[in-house]
Amino acid sequence: MNLAAATNENLAHTSNVLIYSSMAVYTLAFFAHIAEWVFGSRSKVGRTAAALTTVEAAAAASTVKVQVAQKGGTTAVLERPKVITRAAAGSRDVPDGPGAAGGTFKGDLYGRMAVSLTVLAFLVEAGGVVARALSVQRAPWGNMYEFSITFSTVAVGAYLILLALKKNVRWMGLILVTAVLLDLGLATTVLYTSSDQLVPALHSYWLWIHVSTAIICGAVFFIGGIGTFIYLFRDSYENKIANGGEPGSFAHSVLSRMPSASTLDKFSYRVNAAVFPLWTFTIIAGAIWAGDAWGRYWGWDPKEVWSFITWVAYAAYLHARATAGWKGRKAAYLALIAFGCWIFNYYGVNIFVTGKHSYAGV
Amino acid sequence: MSNTTSNPSQERDEENATELGAAGSQLSTAPREETLAGLPAMGVIGWIRWFWRQLTSMRVALILLFLLSLGAIPGSLIPQNSVDELKVQTFKDAHTVVTPIYEKLQFFDVYSSVWFSAIYILLFVSLIGCIVPRTGTFVGQLRSRPPGAPKRLTRLPAYTTWRTEATPEQVHEAALAIVRKRRFRAHIAGDAVAAEKGYLREAGNLIFHVALIVMLVAFAWGQLFKYEGAKLVVEGDGFSNTITQYDNFKSGSLYDNDSLTPFSFTLDDFVGTYERKGPQIGTPRTYEARVTFSDGAYGKEEKRVIKVNEPLVVHGTKVYLNAHGYAPVVSVKDGRGKEVYKDAVPLLPIDNNVTSSGAIKVLDGYRDKNGKKDQLGFQAFFVPTFAGNGKGTMFSQFPAADFPVLALNGYHGSIGVNSGIAQNVYQLDTSKMKEFKDAKGKQLKQRLLVGETMKLPDGAGSITFEGIQEWASFQISEQPASGWALTGAVAAIAGLAGSLFIQRRRVWVRAVRGDDGTTVVEMAGLGRSESAKLPEELADLAVKLNAEAPTAPGTDSDVDEASSVEPAEGAEK
Repeated sequence: MNLAAATNENLAHTSNVLIYSSMAVYTLAFFAHIAEWVFGSRSKVGRTAAALTTVEAAAAASTVKVQVAQKGGTTAVLERPKVITRAAAGSRDVPDGPGAAGGTFKGDLYGRMAVSLTVLAFLVEAGGVVARALSVQRAPWGNMYEFSITFSTVAVGAYLILLALKKNVRWMGLILVTAVLLDLGLATTVLYTSSDQLVPALHSYWLWIHVSTAIICGAVFFIGGIGTFIYLFRDSYENKIANGGEPGSFAHSVLSRMPSASTLDKFSYRVNAAVFPLWTFTIIAGAIWAGDAWGRYWGWDPKEVWSFITWVAYAAYLHARATAGWKGRKAAYLALIAFGCWIFNYYGVNIFVTGKHSYAGV
Repeated sequence: MSNTTSNPSQERDEENATELGAAGSQLSTAPREETLAGLPAMGVIGWIRWFWRQLTSMRVALILLFLLSLGAIPGSLIPQNSVDELKVQTFKDAHTVVTPIYEKLQFFDVYSSVWFSAIYILLFVSLIGCIVPRTGTFVGQLRSRPPGAPKRLTRLPAYTTWRTEATPEQVHEAALAIVRKRRFRAHIAGDAVAAEKGYLREAGNLIFHVALIVMLVAFAWGQLFKYEGAKLVVEGDGFSNTITQYDNFKSGSLYDNDSLTPFSFTLDDFVGTYERKGPQIGTPRTYEARVTFSDGAYGKEEKRVIKVNEPLVVHGTKVYLNAHGYAPVVSVKDGRGKEVYKDAVPLLPIDNNVTSSGAIKVLDGYRDKNGKKDQLGFQAFFVPTFAGNGKGTMFSQFPAADFPVLALNGYHGSIGVNSGIAQNVYQLDTSKMKEFKDAKGKQLKQRLLVGETMKLPDGAGSITFEGIQEWASFQISEQPASGWALTGAVAAIAGLAGSLFIQRRRVWVRAVRGDDGTTVVEMAGLGRSESAKLPEELADLAVKLNAEAPTAPGTDSDVDEASSVEPAEGAEK
C-alpha cells in the first residue's frame, strides 16, 4: 500500500520534471524561431515582387505528371492535363509569402531546427502528461493545471500533424510556441495542483469523453484563432498595398512572409469548421453527463451558459462566412470573439464564477 | 450589413452570377441576399412581406444569433432563480441599489425572461422561415437534373481543355460513364455532359436545422411536464414517492401531480470516504447510498446502491444522491424523569468538513418538574472530527465521524409552531423562549461526546447524545422528452458533419467539333468557394477521360491560350 503510494509520488515528480524540461526545450524552439525570422528578414528574394502584384485572374496552371495503370499491368507516365484554376470571385489573387525563413538558407536551417525542437518538446511534454495520468490513475484533466498541460500538448500535436500532412502551417510556429510557453508558465506557477484523486462527481467515464473532446476543440480552435488573427493583419497589409499605401518596414518584413490573406482565411475557416461538430458533441456529451450527475441535462450553469455562447458565436461565424457583406474581416472578428468566449469559459468561469463545474483546487 | 461602400467582392459576385446563369445558381439553396435599400411600397401587406423577408434573411439571423449569445451572458454572472434561489436572495440583500433595476429587466430569470424568449423565438421563426422554402428548393433540385453547361466554361474556377480525334458523341458517352462511376448525377444537356455530386451537404444542412427545432421543442416540453423534488432521509428511514413525502416539490406548469411513478425505498446505509492525507485532505472520494428499493406500490424488495453519477432510474423517474450530513441521535427526559423524545435530528452542513448546525425541538409530552406543559428547544452544533479539548473551536477538522462532538444550548417556552406559520426545521425561533442558565447565571452550554448527558438546571430534565446516524438527501426528478432531445442532438451532429464536410460540386464536359475536324473537349468544375479539392478532382476526371479520348497528335493543349479572356476556339458553337 505504502509502496504503491510512493511509486505514484515518484511518477508525479517525474511528470513535473518532464513538464519543466519541455518548457526548456520550447524555449530553445522559441529562440530558433526568432533566429529564423531574423535571418529571413535579411533576404528580400522573391518577396517584394511576389506580394505586391495583384493580378486580375492570375492563371496558375500546373502540369502534373501522373502514373496511370494500364491494361496488362504496365504503367505509363502520362502528362496530366493542365487545369486552370481561378480564385474565387472577390478574393485578391496574391500569392502566399515564402514563410518565416524568407527563402534564405540560414533562416530555413533555423526554422528546421525550431520544428525539430518543437517535436522534441512535444514528446517530452506528452511524456509529462502521461506520467501525470499514471500517477493518479485516471484521465489527466481533473483540474486546471492538468487541463492546461494537456491543452498545450494537444495544440502542439495538432500543429505537428498539420505539418506532417504537408499543410502550410510553419508560419505559425513562433506564435504557437510563445503561447504554449505562456500557458505552461501559468500552469506551473498559478494553477499548480499536486496530483490527487477526484471528487466523486468526476468519477465517470464521461470525464474521458467530455473533457478530452473539450480540450481537443480548444486546441484546434486556438490554431484557427491564430490563423484568423494573422489574417486580419495580412488583410489590412494587402489592402494598404492595393490602395497604393506604404506599410511600415517591420510590418512589411513580417507580413510579406506570411501566407496571403485568402489562404489564411480559408485555413482558419477549415480548421474551425472541422472542429465545430466536435464542439457540438462536447456540449451534448456534457449534457448527457449532467443528466446523470445532477438530475437535469441542461440547467444554465455558468459553464453551460458559456459553452452555449461559444457555440452560438462559432455558428454565427460559420453563417457570416457564407453571407455577403459579412465575409472577410467581419467574420474574422466573429471568429476571434468566439475563441475569446472559449477562453473565458475555461479561465474566466473557473476563476471568477462559481457553479457546478467548480472542482478540486480550481 | 452596409452596402454603402462599393464592395469589389460583391460586384464580382454579381458579374459572375450573370455570367454563369442557371448553372452557377442553386449550388446551395441559400436565399438570395436582399439589400436594405429596397424598401417596399406603402401598404400593410407590403410591410408584412418586407418584415418577413428581413426576418428570414441571413443578415437578421446573424444579428439574432449575436444577440442570443449576448443575452445569455448576464445569466452566468448574476445568480438565477432557476439555479439557486438562496443565492438570489443573498445577492438582493447585498445589492439594494441595482436589485430593482435587475428585477425590472428580469435579470434573475434571464432564461425565461420576455426578452430572451423573444430573441430565441424570433430566431427559430427566422429559421423555420428559411428552411421551409429551402427544403422545397432542395426537393425541386433532387427531382430535376443538374443544370446545363454555362456558355463560357473558361470562367469557372477549374478548367481544362484538349483536342481529340474521338467524336463528340464518343466523348459524351465516355464522360458520362466516368462521372457516373464516381457517383455523380449526370445527363447530356445539349453539347455537354452536366454532372453534380454532394447533395448530402444540403440534406445535412436541412437535417441539422430541423434537429435544432426538435431539440428546442423537446426542451420546452420537458420544462412544461417535468417535476423535481427533494427529500432528506436519515439512515433507517424510508421514502415513498407521493407528493406529501417531499421536503420541497417543483413542477412544470402542465405537470399532473397524480402521475407520480409509484415506488419506495429505505436508506439502509450511507457510506462516505474522504482523502486522509495530502494537500486535498478532506476532499470526498466516494459517496454511496445503499437502499432497499421496491418498484410499484407493492413491489418486491431489492438492494440498490445510488452514487453521485449513478442515479436510480424507475420508469423515467430518476433518484439522485445530492447531499449528505449527520443526524445525531438525542434523547430527552423531562422533569419527571420520563423519556419524552428520542430521535435522529438531521443537521445541515455549513462547511466542507461537515461542521453542522440545526435545532432540536421537543414539542409534545414535555412537562417540567412541577408537571406543567412546556416546550424545549436546543440549538445544536455538531462536528464530526473535533480538534481536541482546549485547542478546538467548534469547527470540524475532517468530514468523517472520527471524534464527534455535539454542542448544545437550551431554551424553554413557546417554540411557536402553533402560530400556524411554517417553520424552518433547522432554525430555532427563540423570540418567545427563555434560556436555560447555569449555576453562574450564564447561558447553559455544553459539549457532549457520544453517551454523555447534559443536565438541565432546576430539575428540568436532561438531554443525552445517544449516537450518530448519517442522512442523505435525494433529488427525485422526471423530465419527459429527453429521449427526443437526445435524438435531436445526435441528428444535429450528423447533419452538421454532412453539411460541413461534404462538398457539393458540378462538373461539365463539353465536346464539339472544331474547325479543323478534331473534337474540342472542355471540362470545368464549380464548387462552393471553400473547395480546394475541386481542381484535383477535375484533373483526375480529365486523366480518365483523356485515356478514353486521347489528345490528338500535333495539337498542343490549348490551356494557356484559353486562360485569356477569350473562350477556346469552337467552344461556343
